[in-house]
Amino acid sequence: MEIYLPIAQMPVDPFVVLTMGALVGLLSGLLGIGGGFLMTPLLIFIGIPPAVAVATQSNQLVAASVSGVIAHWRRRNVDFKLGLVMLAGGGIGSVIGVALFAELKALGQIDLVISLSYVLFLGLVAALMMVDNFRVLVLHRNVAVRRKLNEHNWLHRLPLRMRFPRSRLYISALLPLMIGFVGGLLVAIMGIGGGFILVPAMIYLLGMPIGLVAGTSLFQIIFTTGITTFLQAITTHAVDVVLAAVLIVGGVIGAQIGTRLSHLLKPEYSRLAHATIVLVVAVKLAFDLFSKPENLFSVVTMGN
Amino acid sequence: MKARALAFFILLSAGRAEAQTLAADLSSHVIGITTGFVGANLVFFGSTDKPGDIAIIVRGPPTDATVRRKEKILGVWINGSSAVFHDAPSFYAVAATRPLKDIALPENLARHAIGLENVKLQPTEPIPEPRLGEFRAALIDNQEKIDLYRGSVAPVTFLGEHLFRADMFFPANVPTGSYSVEVVLLSGGEVVSAQTTPLIVSRIGFSNGVFVVAHRHAALYGAGALIFAIAAGWAAGAVFRRV
Repeated sequence: MEIYLPIAQMPVDPFVVLTMGALVGLLSGLLGIGGGFLMTPLLIFIGIPPAVAVATQSNQLVAASVSGVIAHWRRRNVDFKLGLVMLAGGGIGSVIGVALFAELKALGQIDLVISLSYVLFLGLVAALMMVDNFRVLVLHRNVAVRRKLNEHNWLHRLPLRMRFPRSRLYISALLPLMIGFVGGLLVAIMGIGGGFILVPAMIYLLGMPIGLVAGTSLFQIIFTTGITTFLQAITTHAVDVVLAAVLIVGGVIGAQIGTRLSHLLKPEYSRLAHATIVLVVAVKLAFDLFSKPENLFSVVTMGN
Repeated sequence: MKARALAFFILLSAGRAEAQTLAADLSSHVIGITTGFVGANLVFFGSTDKPGDIAIIVRGPPTDATVRRKEKILGVWINGSSAVFHDAPSFYAVAATRPLKDIALPENLARHAIGLENVKLQPTEPIPEPRLGEFRAALIDNQEKIDLYRGSVAPVTFLGEHLFRADMFFPANVPTGSYSVEVVLLSGGEVVSAQTTPLIVSRIGFSNGVFVVAHRHAALYGAGALIFAIAAGWAAGAVFRRV
């Protein structure tokens, strides 16, 4: 059976898409990651145009982050004040990101920028995580966290210092603002929530309590993915709601199963699995960039 | 569809065949793309009272096609030089009674743009020759891979002396818009009669509704997509909490 996607203008097998959504959802529930960085390349792989893949993925992430935040909110694991400051940066980031996306698409370089951003950010994060895992699993040391509450680096002392009582932080508001900004850019250009870059940044740069990181980053991801979905809908017209609906159904089921299974997996192994997946995707994309393509030519026809 | 085609055959052979040298039609003038669309098969049929060969040329709505060539820069393969072909047919397929080279001389085929090598592809700005040929070939090659251009000529068969028919498949990724179906009668390598019939490919029903709203009421569409996603996320959280 096949269904016709009205915006991608192509038929797909809904069970293939449903399975992809469920598998990525399962991994995201199991490992506590958004999974956008896996889904966008998968969608492009089955032939969805990159612009539609990125725009639709941001719509799917709205649903995923809403259900994620609800779970964290019940456990009071969201710092709303810090989330709102990050959100201010995230809003600016996604507006600029969507404009940049449209410009690069017109220049024919959007695929390159998507691939390069993936290789760069995924490679960086994978390397950081691998080092961390090595320390924990091989050297039996704890993950680097702030040892003292009053331990500050020069970044924290930038102007506009603000108090964040929930996280027990007194730091420059510019820092969360900038992290949010980068997150917003990534949502628009890569079609991902950006959790994989926000989470380590919030732990290492802000020094936030680890328990609050996931809920707070998801809280601001709801808004950056939401703004991006809306902007993509009115500028590139590339949000395919039929595709998004199938992805949401698959993703939700997978994520719930994954969350329930996650207690079976030790945190250090879950982090190792996460780092390995990120590394594999980064290496694969880097390989594609540097190896000679099978077909040197690509064709884009104007839609009607 | 088949019954209608047959009825038309009888009608044509009985009355009209003498009135004009060539008359042709297709089993349906509209291909509707629904959510369950998997492609469509059309029957082309007609009648002629003169001996000769029949060629049927189907051209999709004109579109601007941009062809980009990847070049190696600093070890990375990125899109380099490009060419834009103005008003390239978005779909191109030919059916004929015999192989095209046996029907007419290459010049005649080229003049009437019959055959994949004769598709009219006009670059928007002049491009020097070896490169133009490469981009042209790349465009044809790419479109052929996604089944929107057909390298092989589909058969047109004569049923008796006067009646002919051909079948053509339109794949699920067929572009929307108005097509032209040109039926030509060739005799001694020259076109002696021709008839053009329109064919419309359009989205209908739900998939059309989604497309129209996404383009004409983009803000409404974006808001709807968001509300749907938030509701779905909320519902998922609520439902699975109790499980």
